[in-house]
Amino acid sequence: MSGQAPDRAGRGLAEKALGRVRFEEEALTYADQVYQVARHLAGSKEEAEELMQETYARAFRSWRSYTPGTNMRAWLLRILTNINIDRGRQKQRQPSARSLEDGDYSLYDRLEEVAGPGSAEDEERLLHRLSQSDIVDALTALPHDFRDVLVLVDLSEFSYQETAQILSIPIGTVMSRLHRARRLLRQSLASSLGGGT
Amino acid sequence: MSETPCTKCERLLQLYLDGELDKTEAGEAEIHLDTCGYCRRQYRFERAFREYLRQALAGESMSPELRVKLVALRTAAHPDDHA
Repeated sequence: MSGQAPDRAGRGLAEKALGRVRFEEEALTYADQVYQVARHLAGSKEEAEELMQETYARAFRSWRSYTPGTNMRAWLLRILTNINIDRGRQKQRQPSARSLEDGDYSLYDRLEEVAGPGSAEDEERLLHRLSQSDIVDALTALPHDFRDVLVLVDLSEFSYQETAQILSIPIGTVMSRLHRARRLLRQSLASSLGGGT
Repeated sequence: MSETPCTKCERLLQLYLDGELDKTEAGEAEIHLDTCGYCRRQYRFERAFREYLRQALAGESMSPELRVKLVALRTAAHPDDHA
């Protein structure tokens, strides 16, 4: 009888350790996906790697606050975006109201202009006029608030609701930032094609 | 078929592509796409653009060195358990 209490305590500790190991292993399976987001939110590869290490250090320390069975990728990205905000990167210029009003869908028109009159190129062929570096530069140039939402929705394919939870902002803010981010990105890419828009 | 800018549909088109419309709204959007040449053209372009964007931005993988560092953080977070 005297050995039962220590046995229960031992089992409890073993179960806790097992739960934590499972958590850690699952968290690490998302590392590549989390890195993709970190790489686009941070200004450089080095910053992205620092962000990843801070994110995983915090995640491993606070694993008990994760509810098993919920979306771990979103949970990790919430930590990552919070750390990114804490690092003070939010203090960026906001685009002018005017720049947001102009250029609605001008990217498509601009690509067709560049292709030349009467060109019958399909969408995929037109898009190949945009280089990978143009796209990376245009994304990097977006204000961080806008970039966060664009990366989570367009790259990581989170829903508006999930994105709102990750960034701790209202869903309406997700929608308005996404709308503006897409416009700015397209305007920037249209400008990268050269000539007048 | 209208070829004039259908600006009121811009947000609807993005919501449709994002999968954020309910079944009824999505059905209405599809009917509109069937009848509006301008929106259908924008839809095709936006769909292709999103795919192109994903391909262009999805290239860089995490370095093996970073992965090793992340795995090492497990021990750092709970040094006693891993002793």
